[in-house]
Amino acid sequence: MTSAETGPKIQTRNLDFYYGPTRALKNVTLDCHDRRVTAIIGPSGCGKSTFIRTLNRMNDVIPGTRVEGRILLDGEDIRAPEVDVVELRRRVGMVFQKPNPFPKSIFDNVAYGLRINGWRDRRRLDEVVERSLRGAALWDEVKDRLGENAFALSGGQQQRLCIARSLAVEPEVILFDEPCSAIDPIATAKVEDLIEKLKTRYTVVIVTHNMQQAARVSDYTAFMMLGELVEFGRTEKIFTAPASRLTEDYITGRFG
Amino acid sequence: MRKKKRNDLKEAAIGAFFFTSGILAVLVLIGIFLTLLATAVPAFREIPVGKFFGHSRWDPTSPEKAEYGLLSMIASTLLVTAGALLLAVPIGIAVAAYLSDVAPWRVREVLKPVVEILAGIPSVVVGFLGLVLFGPALARLFHTANGLNALNGSILLAVMSLPTIISISEDSLNAVPKAYSEASLALGASRWQTLVRVKLPAALSGIVAAVMLGLGRAIGETMTVLMATGNARSFPRGLLSSVRTMTADIAIELGEAPYFTTHYYALFAIGLVLFVMTFAVNLAADVVLRRYQERER
Amino acid sequence: MKRPARKKIAQALGFLALRLAMAVVLAVLILLLGDIVRKGGGAISWEFLSQAPRRGMTEGGIFPAIVGTFLVTVITAVLAVPLGMSAAVYLNEYARQTRLTRLIRLSIRNLSGVPSIVYGLFGVILFVNALRLGTSVLSAGLTLGLMTLPWTITAGEEALKTIPDSYREGALALGATKWQTIRTNVLPYAVPGMLTGTVLGLARAAGETAPILFTGAAFYLPALPKSPGDQFMALPYHLYIMATQHHAILKVRPLAYGTALVLIFLVLGMNMAAIVVRYRLRKKQR
Repeated sequence: MTSAETGPKIQTRNLDFYYGPTRALKNVTLDCHDRRVTAIIGPSGCGKSTFIRTLNRMNDVIPGTRVEGRILLDGEDIRAPEVDVVELRRRVGMVFQKPNPFPKSIFDNVAYGLRINGWRDRRRLDEVVERSLRGAALWDEVKDRLGENAFALSGGQQQRLCIARSLAVEPEVILFDEPCSAIDPIATAKVEDLIEKLKTRYTVVIVTHNMQQAARVSDYTAFMMLGELVEFGRTEKIFTAPASRLTEDYITGRFG
Repeated sequence: MRKKKRNDLKEAAIGAFFFTSGILAVLVLIGIFLTLLATAVPAFREIPVGKFFGHSRWDPTSPEKAEYGLLSMIASTLLVTAGALLLAVPIGIAVAAYLSDVAPWRVREVLKPVVEILAGIPSVVVGFLGLVLFGPALARLFHTANGLNALNGSILLAVMSLPTIISISEDSLNAVPKAYSEASLALGASRWQTLVRVKLPAALSGIVAAVMLGLGRAIGETMTVLMATGNARSFPRGLLSSVRTMTADIAIELGEAPYFTTHYYALFAIGLVLFVMTFAVNLAADVVLRRYQERER
Repeated sequence: MKRPARKKIAQALGFLALRLAMAVVLAVLILLLGDIVRKGGGAISWEFLSQAPRRGMTEGGIFPAIVGTFLVTVITAVLAVPLGMSAAVYLNEYARQTRLTRLIRLSIRNLSGVPSIVYGLFGVILFVNALRLGTSVLSAGLTLGLMTLPWTITAGEEALKTIPDSYREGALALGATKWQTIRTNVLPYAVPGMLTGTVLGLARAAGETAPILFTGAAFYLPALPKSPGDQFMALPYHLYIMATQHHAILKVRPLAYGTALVLIFLVLGMNMAAIVVRYRLRKKQR
């Protein structure tokens, strides 16, 4: 864990989110620091996944939803009318709960984000694919079978492939939406190591229902409940001396 | 993060293209209705509306006085259709119940495509078999000159509407929550009692919709009735009389009616009546089905 | 112990009735197909398939009708497949739950219930007269195309629904635009399913008679159609004529049976091919 303060990369200000008439996020104000790992914890249904999905506007694709408040990336409102959501998602990558490789070869999966940007030069593609797979600690396992279908990989490998896939487009932020809930403990340990490495270059936000994981990988922790941000602070403080009774009850396993 | 104008424009254009093809269905439906309406209306410059619907004599090519009374054809269509439903509804529901509740899984996997095959037989082939297979058989059975009558048409239309009734009824039987039948079985009811007293009532609206969709198909069927019902223009006196349905009349006469004459317009008026009838039936089926699906959720 | 016995008997009788109903349907199907195969089989020969009718259609084959049905089905496909697929893409990928979307879906369901003869009437007005295409392969094909449209739309949507949302979300999260997502990560996996569903619709169209009666099908033509503007002979219409309109109906009955067999073989062949492919695809997707 890093102790030095860095500036905020993502800031939300009085963020509200509605599914139809249901208010899923209430007045969430939070800073995610640059090149640090911020973990969002809380009981299921507390709005943590909803929150992380507002940061790259993935919720835009769900009909009947509405956002209020401000979300700033490097101080710029990502919901301003002149902002290109496609460009935003290039800068803010996402890794989903269930590994979701595309039914293509390993190579084509990683190259996907580059090709839709018009990359054609095979040598440059090769380079970036290798760099991304190395970045996701997967290169040694797959370098001899890049042409194989991604579905042939194990669940944990698939998840690291999805990480490599988002690294390839060189994002500034990577959002992890419960990335280890569908993979086994050994694979989980690998992904956690990876997150530790990633934060030297990227801002990481991770949603997890696993408190040990939050404690292990994050620098900052936000505890959410019923759509509200209950407490936010340095991870060691949240886990050793929480200010709120609710937080304490949750991390000590009294509910959740 | 600034927008690329060109990209946006391209995306919007593509979206607009897909929207246009989506909206086409609405335009075609409205287009069919308006076209029929516009071509049917001139018929009523010469034919009083009351006479068109209230009289049963249809003789547009009479040398003395052309007659345009649709009543006997409406009656024929309804008679043949009613006969078809009388046959197809009990059999169709029984087969649906068999497939959903009695047949072992393997048998069902084989029989379902077989029912689909029935749906794939072209109506002209079914009509042909009405002519050469069912007709003579009915003639022998009822001692009539030939078997080309309403009953023959009803049997064929029953065959044609069975697949619709079977597949939608089966879907709605399968959609009945397992908890219902489990509760019934746990109370000591037999599988048969559970089927009759719990599942069929629970699936009723789906089955009603299935019957209505089958009804819609039967009303609109042309080739089978054209080939198998004898096409006499008189008012039907029973299932054994030769009848001419609305669809058959259009098929018989449109080729002979000179363009843009009263006769021609009158045939489009029949088409309009057919359109409105089937539309109403299908819409009603739709309402029943939607309500049922919403309740399921 | 008396009551359970009665219950058992009731169930046995009830299930017997259901099995009987199934048996009746199977018997009818076997009767229909069996009669045609038995009596039509004798008419089938290379000559029957490859030659034109001769001597006032009392001899010869059905080659022009096969060609005509093929041509008209091609035109049907050209209209109904791309339009049906793009409408399906609109409904499954773009449309949100609005009144307009509900109206579109309602229209599609109702279009599939419009009687085929009514499509024929519409084709006469729109294609034959208003668009001045005359009675032709083109008019008939377009009429059948409109009739097939609701089926291809539904088939397309079914196929698109089988593509998991994670393919779409994954692509969007990498900065793909909506169209890029659909083009590179949805359509390639949906197209095989879309096509098989579409073939089912086309098979039905190929066997239809009522819509082509007045839009282009001809009783007899001495030559094959040379352009889409020509009239054509078609298998279903040829069967109708041979069965009911011919001057020597009983004499040509074997030819009619042969025509029916070829038509059924064609339509059911397309059907079964599509069903088999669909079954394989579903298995693969699991």
